[in-house]
Amino acid sequence: MSDEQQPDDKPGDTLQYDQARWSEDDQYEPLLSEKNSREVDVETPLPDDLTRDSLELPDLSEPELARHYTRLSQMNYGVESGPFPLGSCTMKYNPKFTEDLAARPEAAVHPDRPDETIQGTLGLYATLSEYLGKIGGMDAVTLQPPAGAAGEYTGVLIAKAYHEHNGADRSEIIVPDSAHGTNFASAALAGFDVVELPSGEDGRVDLDALAAAIGDDTALLMLTNPNTLGLFEREIEAISELVHDAGGLLYYDGANLNALLGQARPGDMGFDIMHYNVHKTFATPHGGGGPGAGPVGVVEELDEFLPAPRVRETGGGYELFEPAQTIGKVHGFQGNWLVLIKACAYIARLGDEGLADASAKAVLNANYLAEQTAYEVPFGPFHHEFVASAGEQDAADVAKRMLDYGVHPPTTKWPEIVPEALMTEPTEIENKRTLDQLAAAFNAVADEDDETLETAPERTSARRIDQVSAARNPRLSWQALDNE
Amino acid sequence: MGGHDTGSPYAPHTPAETAAMLDAVGAEAEADLFDIPDSVRFDGDFGIDARSEQAVRAEIGGLLGDNDALTEFLGRGQYDHYVPSLVDHLADRQEFLSSYTQYQPEVAQGFLQALFEFQSMLVELTGLGVANCSLYDAATALGETATLATRVRETSGSTVLVPDHLQAGKRGVLDNYADGADLTVESYPMEDGAVDTDALAELADEETVLVYAESPTVRGVIEESLAEIGTIAEANDAMFCLGSDPVALSVLEVPADVGVDTVIGDAASLGLGTAYGMGLGMFATREAYLRQVPGRLVGVGEDGSGRRAFTLTLQTREQHIRRERATSNICTNQAWVALRTAIHAASLGPEGLVELARDCITNADSLAAQIDDISGIKAPVHDRHHFREFLARTDQPAPAIVDDLLDRGFAVHAVDDHLLGVCVTDTNAHVKADLVAAMEEVAR
Repeated sequence: MSDEQQPDDKPGDTLQYDQARWSEDDQYEPLLSEKNSREVDVETPLPDDLTRDSLELPDLSEPELARHYTRLSQMNYGVESGPFPLGSCTMKYNPKFTEDLAARPEAAVHPDRPDETIQGTLGLYATLSEYLGKIGGMDAVTLQPPAGAAGEYTGVLIAKAYHEHNGADRSEIIVPDSAHGTNFASAALAGFDVVELPSGEDGRVDLDALAAAIGDDTALLMLTNPNTLGLFEREIEAISELVHDAGGLLYYDGANLNALLGQARPGDMGFDIMHYNVHKTFATPHGGGGPGAGPVGVVEELDEFLPAPRVRETGGGYELFEPAQTIGKVHGFQGNWLVLIKACAYIARLGDEGLADASAKAVLNANYLAEQTAYEVPFGPFHHEFVASAGEQDAADVAKRMLDYGVHPPTTKWPEIVPEALMTEPTEIENKRTLDQLAAAFNAVADEDDETLETAPERTSARRIDQVSAARNPRLSWQALDNE
Repeated sequence: MGGHDTGSPYAPHTPAETAAMLDAVGAEAEADLFDIPDSVRFDGDFGIDARSEQAVRAEIGGLLGDNDALTEFLGRGQYDHYVPSLVDHLADRQEFLSSYTQYQPEVAQGFLQALFEFQSMLVELTGLGVANCSLYDAATALGETATLATRVRETSGSTVLVPDHLQAGKRGVLDNYADGADLTVESYPMEDGAVDTDALAELADEETVLVYAESPTVRGVIEESLAEIGTIAEANDAMFCLGSDPVALSVLEVPADVGVDTVIGDAASLGLGTAYGMGLGMFATREAYLRQVPGRLVGVGEDGSGRRAFTLTLQTREQHIRRERATSNICTNQAWVALRTAIHAASLGPEGLVELARDCITNADSLAAQIDDISGIKAPVHDRHHFREFLARTDQPAPAIVDDLLDRGFAVHAVDDHLLGVCVTDTNAHVKADLVAAMEEVAR
């Protein structure tokens, strides 16, 4: 079926998308350096042997630069361009007013200012910490980790410090095979051995396998709940008991928290430590890869181990202090402050009712979209995301073809428990109309032949990019191109 | 708005749509879709009241307004330079701000190209073959460098040597990374604000895996012995890492020319300015270490139309593929800040950058000289060349002077009992004389 045909038997119409394309014969928009570059002599009051001789960089006027970056932006797809159901990434709409708050000049204070001169900053820090603590059911929160993976690392360091403080030598961290890759890497970064836990047949933690894996060496079990298949770990209380009876701690990876707001809290499930991905759950922008923020919450027993400094109230104001058993620093200062302002504003805007509604609609949307798609969804009941199988089709090719329908595709080929996985998370921001279009795109692609899929995309700025040869011959700068 | 008077203002479902969707999935209520045992269901409330956009803007804006309006002469790792409006307006375009990591490069050529251009600028500034497209901040970039040093063939040992003068946050982060990698961190002494190369040569041995130095240092001193430090590192099979920033690198010695293997630092001094410590971890290293680099890399490939195109590359180094054997756990990075930095650097151009850097030298010089004229203060403490900032020695206790200056609307660092730190850039240079006048009043 060619892409011009409309599928009659499916709800909604497919949209077609022609992304802007600024191109020349052999390239797209020229590089800044190709437009105009200039080498200037470096003259300073310093002795010559302390300075470079010259500096060569692009040299363009403001109108030229405005046009350069506007064209680049036109060749980039964002949440406001169209649906972005990228599984595990929670691509929400980023409310504009939060940007205005983060851009206020009072937000841009220097991190070394005395506490009494930044009462606004510290007050907002305390407010967001309190919000997050309530939402996660945690007793104390640090905002210092600058991303989700940094939050995991912080949590792992807290577990390490806790066990060391208790004189226990525990060298292993258990991670389910379906977990985010960062869990494994964060545990290793802190010097732990990683024990991989195979998933049960229902896609959840296998209690027998867990019991077998747990022992005197277990420092921590890291879990995502609902897991990366969108499935709630129904046996979470039994899991918690197993871990705690063995003297271990339980860590909650907050990547999927958007499924649970107002419905369940990690703290109530027995988790001791958790991180929050504010760039997922609390709608701060992903910024083309970052910055995010990964605040970490802990139960009371662990609050003395949190990174330094923390914020506390004191006679009518706020002050920074160092927790007694602190793990020290995980960021040079206090983390990604501007991102945290946006998260605080989002939570305040939504309140209890809005947060609960966000999760309810996110889960409804995932269920509705799964119902409409022609692809098989092997596991359930899922929550904010589902993992469909592309079946005989190659999931990566399916993703490329979806781009032609104006849809950012799902996360593909992961988790591996589902063959040719299409991990799909529409979030709450889409309504029925958009979901129907999204389903139509899925279903149009499901009906297409391999040749169409393999040659896709054709309507995007660039056609299919050969990543294998790009990796075989790495050219990572315009200097590398010039040297060819 | 649009019939949505309850729930999330960013969930656009009308009640009729919600009902139709519930019907389609065979559920009576949204709550039925949650497969959560009753025993762990949350039936309380957070006690967070929903507010209008206008109310939240007023409330959080008002809260931030509780910060004192001070003129900051603060540095020590975070620096304020004027960021042109162009940066905000271009970087805030939703196609950049609200996009994801470029896992689908065909629809993300714009951001990929901007990051490729950012990497290229760092290659020019450092002279090194490879720059990644961001780590979190200078401190985590230093930590990542320590683990990098343990992975490359060229180096051996388990001790990291760092200067005695090191920003506390950087040292704290490094200590954690070092602990996880079974490394020991030791300080080497400084001599009049710069590296004591004799002492460093004495300390460095076959156990040294990384030698870290800064130029400018946390005290603003431009290091004069980089080549010698590089020789010491090389003689002990250690990596040589330099901490700097893109403004300073615009005029200072090309790191690769003096034996530097890795350059780290905070690049947000261009593009972001002070943001209560939020930064941009700059990371550049030798091409030989390419496959051990932490963080994302943008490379050049070709697309189906035969055109040059950009893509994330060498992803087998990364956590989503290599998991516990990845070069780092980093996933979400600071890409949008890197975009801002690139736009700011491009708007300055080579001449603007050199001029900005030159002002960092001349302003520090002239402010130090004016402060030195004040009775009871000597500046700069170190008889060295300075960049942006310097120390001043005070006869009166430094913390008391800092407090008195705060009362007069100025913030400077108290570095020690009788040491002040003062930083001057293009954002506060026009009020240097006011600071000097205030210091004259309080230093007596």
